[in-house]
Amino acid sequence: MLPSTDLIACPHCDTLHSNASLPEGAKAYCVRCGVVLKQERSTAIVSVLALAMSSFFLMVAAISFPFLNVSVAGQSNSTSVIGAVMAFSETFTLPLAAAVAGFIIFLPLMRLGAIIFAVTPLATGSTPTRAAQSAFGLAEALRPWSMAEIFIVGVAVALVKVAGLATIAFGPAFWAFTLLVVLTAWQDTLICRYSIWRALDTQQV
Amino acid sequence: MAGTGHTAGLITAREAGLVACRRCGQVQEQDVVSCPRCHATLHSRAPDSLQKVWAWLVAGLVMFIPANVYPMLITDQLGSHSESTILGGVVDLMHHHAYGIATIVFVASIIIPVGKFMAIAYLAISVQRKWVLNMHQRHKLFDAVEFIGRWSMIDVFVVAILSALVQLDSLASINPGIAAISFALSVVFTMLSAQSFDPRLIWDADRADAT
Repeated sequence: MLPSTDLIACPHCDTLHSNASLPEGAKAYCVRCGVVLKQERSTAIVSVLALAMSSFFLMVAAISFPFLNVSVAGQSNSTSVIGAVMAFSETFTLPLAAAVAGFIIFLPLMRLGAIIFAVTPLATGSTPTRAAQSAFGLAEALRPWSMAEIFIVGVAVALVKVAGLATIAFGPAFWAFTLLVVLTAWQDTLICRYSIWRALDTQQV
Repeated sequence: MAGTGHTAGLITAREAGLVACRRCGQVQEQDVVSCPRCHATLHSRAPDSLQKVWAWLVAGLVMFIPANVYPMLITDQLGSHSESTILGGVVDLMHHHAYGIATIVFVASIIIPVGKFMAIAYLAISVQRKWVLNMHQRHKLFDAVEFIGRWSMIDVFVVAILSALVQLDSLASINPGIAAISFALSVVFTMLSAQSFDPRLIWDADRADAT
């Protein structure tokens, strides 16, 4: 009796539940601690793929176009997201530049790429590979470290700080980034880890 | 599934002689080392969980000290030079009557980090002493700490944006101070501390005597 597919254990409190199949749109919660165990949504995989792909392109737009422009007394300066990262590139703050670049550019891009790579075979109906499993594992590990939405709130705070000092104008990248944050939040509510891992399982029938 | 009589007949994977995968939720025999579904390493309970929690927590606390003592922002405006710490920045915002934003910064860079240090320490101590009270509240507290911890990064990003944006030669320029690094490290260390904590330990306390 190897993998016990009729059982599901709560990741937070280890309580065993019998793994009943759910009606469409329903969620299963742990009876002891209340964590969501799985949710059933037949269109979830296609939606996740679509959202991940649109987020990926928005991300590329968000880092290449100008983000904000500041002007005071005839002088003006505009910055892209890359520019915000490079602010730390002088002297002792160089490691911080690398970290900020990671949190707001590379890790979110890597996570989106990994999700696309892992979910594409599921959406097209081909057999998932071992590489797809590693990719989804990577996407899961990166989740707490991709901080695009926090960056947007940081922008709001920064704007108020400069508001008295200079005039600010938003570039196209700002709107791309804001939309990206909304899409990412939406995508996170759609992902059911249990269902995706089950779909990625190569050993099942 | 034979109920053993405690906690309304619920049984944990460990009591059933099984081990659960925290990544994909599948249940395996106790001697299986690696999850056949998602290839994660299987542990009935995360090994040395509390030791790692304390180590990262202390590292985070140590970095939090320079983060508050040294300047976060260095501003040069029309020849005048000023350095402001995290708390100084909040006071500055209040002088500009930006109370809403001052509250966001104060909550994100002082209240959340300090609250997190206390919450993680409380969770670790409660597990070490095997407290059985308030399990649900402690579990919620853990969820909150994991969810909220990343938001402390706001202040680091604010410094990054300000220093990129405000580079107007002689008129005004803003540069990051050493506290920006310390603060970022402090946030990363406490995030790692929270991730090392195995929430299943909270729920084990009322089972220790039963098994």
